[in-house]
Formats: sequence, structure tokens, C-alpha cells
Amino acid sequence: MTPKLFGLVRRIGLLILVVWTVVSLVTILIEMVPGDPAVAVLGEQATPEQLAQFRAKHGLDRPPFFFGFPIDKNGQRQFKWYGLNNRYDDYWIAILHGDLGKSFRTDQPVFGLIVERYPATIELAIAAMLVAVAIAIPLGVIAGKNRGTLIDNILSVLALIGISLPGFVIGPMLVYIFAVKLGWLAPSGRFEWSDIILPAITLGAALSAILTRMVRSSVIEELGEGYVRTARAKGLSERAVVYKHVLKNGLIPVVTVLGLQLGILLAGAIITEKIFGWPGLGLLLVEDGIGKRDYRIVQGCVLAISTTYIIANTLTDMLYRWLDPRIRVS
Amino acid sequence: MNRLSIIGLVIVIIFVLVAIFAPWIAHYDVGATNLAMRYMPPSAAHWFGTDSTGRDIFSRVIFGARISLEVGVIVVLVSAFVGTIIGAVAGFYSGWVDSVLSGYIFNIFLAFPGLLLAIALVAFLGAGLNKLIFALCIIGWVGYARLIRAQVLKVREYDFVQAARALGAGDLRILFVHILPNAIQPLIVQASLGMAGAVLSEASLSFLGLGVPPPAPSWGVMIEEARDLSTLQAAPHALIFPGLAIALTVLAFNFIGDGLREYLDPRQRGR
Repeated sequence: MTPKLFGLVRRIGLLILVVWTVVSLVTILIEMVPGDPAVAVLGEQATPEQLAQFRAKHGLDRPPFFFGFPIDKNGQRQFKWYGLNNRYDDYWIAILHGDLGKSFRTDQPVFGLIVERYPATIELAIAAMLVAVAIAIPLGVIAGKNRGTLIDNILSVLALIGISLPGFVIGPMLVYIFAVKLGWLAPSGRFEWSDIILPAITLGAALSAILTRMVRSSVIEELGEGYVRTARAKGLSERAVVYKHVLKNGLIPVVTVLGLQLGILLAGAIITEKIFGWPGLGLLLVEDGIGKRDYRIVQGCVLAISTTYIIANTLTDMLYRWLDPRIRVS
Repeated sequence: MNRLSIIGLVIVIIFVLVAIFAPWIAHYDVGATNLAMRYMPPSAAHWFGTDSTGRDIFSRVIFGARISLEVGVIVVLVSAFVGTIIGAVAGFYSGWVDSVLSGYIFNIFLAFPGLLLAIALVAFLGAGLNKLIFALCIIGWVGYARLIRAQVLKVREYDFVQAARALGAGDLRILFVHILPNAIQPLIVQASLGMAGAVLSEASLSFLGLGVPPPAPSWGVMIEEARDLSTLQAAPHALIFPGLAIALTVLAFNFIGDGLREYLDPRQRGR
């Protein structure tokens, strides 16, 4: 096997192993609920019949794993093998059939709920990335070109402030300014095209700060390269040098950061969606899942978000290798 | 040291002092509601004004510093300790131990966006300060482990390590006496940025209702309570002051971390 092929096989193997572990962790999360999940969902006043019916409907009456240590008649913990008749196995079989179980509250299939909410989250994440790139590229180029000057220092401090301001501070402040005071935009919801502006800025702010720093150091590095001297020597304007040559090479590490930041965006979207009542996965997770103790929905959302993140990271890695042949070799 | 990290250090020291002396600085009970005094703007009696139930925002922000710093310090200490041990073992023994730890375990933890894993853990364990700290440690240690592993891999090739081995020193002695003291410098940078991250995560989880339950004066809880439209309209200061407290604390730790990084790695200066 060639080293390149071996590397690819190894990566795919690792990817499968990681996905398997992540799914397994999510399936056993429900075992961590203190006490009985059925009581947690139905409440203390539920009758034993209601509890039993609920457990049977959601497969909670079955053993959690292939084996366990139940307490026997003498009060001793004994090892017991349950075989394939267990919840872990059930969950896997269901997932492979595109079934994430049913909501504990409404009996709706969780998979359907996720498919319904998914586009809104992706829309928000893409809008946030666009906001971030639109801010970061010009600012990063200006800072990099003027390295060490007052402008550079001011932009660097601004970037650090941007990184330090969390979405749940920026978001409500934007609502205060643009919805409460000026009345230009709606404080929440997803009805008109303009409704995405405030959530996208909120979610994109921290990313734009991180990207500005990346673009800046990238531009500084590339400006020192020989090809820049050649381009300048042949009489290209500074503008053409920076935007045609430097940015083209300088954006390679930025692409990687953008891909790797998608996870942070997806996690940040949970908070942003809550602030703006944006009906995506985050709101489903926080309001319908965590808020109503609907553990099936929580499992489904965590699974959907982390799978998206893992796939995005893998794609980013492949794109990066393709863009920069030097990495392919090492 | 650059100017920004000095500013950061000063802010952090102020916050630590405020957290320690909170009962002497705050002049109101953090839980005492007074509906007659709700939505009061900042004044001599209430420096930061009052919130929707008439509680003194200044006192709550002051006591909020305690929660933030307590969570931050515990999370960073535990994560750094666990991460250092695991990272050192992975880097020192390499071979299959390293393949399992850095090739598999690290990747599992990096496969989740950190905040999501914390949210998931607390969602199932139930809200509360201890569970929040536990969740943040679970997502925190891997950053330190990766860093220390890389450092140990580098340091263990140095001549003085070979010399110690030639003199008959055992694995544990080599690792703890010779390698680790020379490998943990970058840990300080990571710890400083980790404090920023922990303070931010605590506030985020409390904001989502998964951290310290109200009426505890966590900054995240205060922001969550201040962001409904009627409170925003009547008392924007209820949002601004805890928001500023979070931003300043996080900024200060980021300033320190950035400054230390430049100081420890001169190649990074001015970049």
C-alpha cells in the first residue's frame, strides 16, 4: 500500500471509530439522568401504570447495555448478561434506519423535528460566516499591511475585545439598540429576510475577530515572500500585489480556521438561537429538549450537531491538503 | 511584558480582590427584592441601578465575581493537572500508549464542540454548580494534554534527559524531575486563556439555565433575566453592567495569555 493510501485508510478508520464512540456516548447519556427518567419526565405525581406505560413505549424498560450489575434478591450486585435485548443495541439499529426515537412529550419522531429545524441553523451559520469574512478580510489586510503601526495596534485590541464579548452580551445589546430603541428590526423570530441580520452579527462577531488575527498574520508572512518582491518589481500596484497575490496564498490557513470554527459556530448558535427565538437546532435543544426534559430530543440534537461538526472538520482537512500540497507529503 | 498584559493583570487583581472582599464591598443583600424600587437607574444609593425585582445590581455583580472566579480557578487547576499527567504519559511512553491516548481519546474529546459537550452533560446530570464544574473539566483537560504531549515529545530528546538516563534515573524521576519542569512553560499561557474560557462557559451555561440556578448572582443568570423586552426597555443597565463584567474579565485573561505567549515565544512578537 502506498503511504498516501495508507494515510487515507487510517484517517477513515479513525473517523469511523470517532463517530461510533460519539454515538455511543450520546446513547448512554440518558443513563446519567439522576433517578428515573420516566419520573423526571412525567413528574412525581404520575401513577405506577403511567410510568410503566411510558417506559414500555420508549424502550426504557429494557436493560441499558449488553450486561449490567443488577441487585439480586439477597441485596448483592451480580453480573448479568442481557445479550442483544438492550437499549444500546436498540438505539443503534434505530439510527441505522434513520430513526432517532420519539419525543417524550409529543411522540413526534425526533428525526423529523431535526430535519425540520436543520436548515434554519445552517442558514444562520452561513450568514454568520459571511459577516465574519466580510469584516475580517479588509481589517486583517489593513492591519497586516501596516504592521506595528497605531492602526495595527488598535485593530489588534479591537479583535481581542471581539473575542472576549460573548454572544449573549452582544445579542441583547443589539436587540436593545436596533429593536427597542430604533425600532428598525424585529427583536426575534424568523419571518422576514431582515430577521437574520442581528443573529448573524451576534454569531459572527467572535469569529470575525479570530479571522482578523489570522488574515493579519497570514498577510505579514506572505508579504515577506520572494514572489511579492517579483510582483512589485514588475511594477504591479500595491493593491494588485495584496489582493491578487498575497490574499490568494494567505487565505489558505484562513480556510482551515473557518472550517474548524464551524463547531464553535454551531455551539454558539445554540445561544444565539435562544436570544433571537431563531427556530433552529439550538432552540429545539434548549427549549423543547432541555427545557421540557425531553431527553430523546436532547440526544438527537447533540448527535446532529456533533456529526455535522465531525463531517465539516474532515472536509476542511481534505480541502486544506488539496490547497497546500506541502502538507500532503508530510 | 507588554502593556496589554499589565492592564490585564491589573484588571484580574481588582476582580480577585472584589471577589474576596465581596461581603464588605456590597452594601445590599444579593437576594433582597423590593418591588417598589424596581428598574431604578444608577444612583448614589444603587450605583448600577436595580433590576426587575428591585435587587441591587452592583451587589449582584460583585458577588457574581466570586462565582466566576471560583469556577474558573477550580476548572483550570483540575483540567491542567489531569491534562498534564495524561499528556506527559502519552508523550513520554509514545508507542501504543500514545496511539490510544492522542490518536483516539484526544480525538473523541475534540470531536465535540466543547460547549455542546458541556451542555449535553449538564442537561442530563441536572443543573448545579458542581455539575457545571465537572462538565467544564471534562471538556477542558484535553487542551492541556495535547500541549504537554507535544512539549514532552520535544524535551525528552534533549541531551540532559539522555544524561539522566545514562546515570540510571528511573522513568518517573526522568519524567517528573527532568522533563516536566522544562515542558510546562506554555501551560501558563494555556491556563490564562483557559480562565477566560471557563468564565465564559460558566456564564454561557448559566445563561442557558444549566449552571448556577437563580437567584444566585451569576453574571450569566443576570443577563438572562435582563434580556426580556420589558426589562430592556425600562432598565438597559441591568444588562450592561453584568455584560461589562464578563467582557472585562474575559478580556483581561486574554490580554495576559496573549502577552505571555509573546513573551515566551519571541518569534511571535509583533506578529
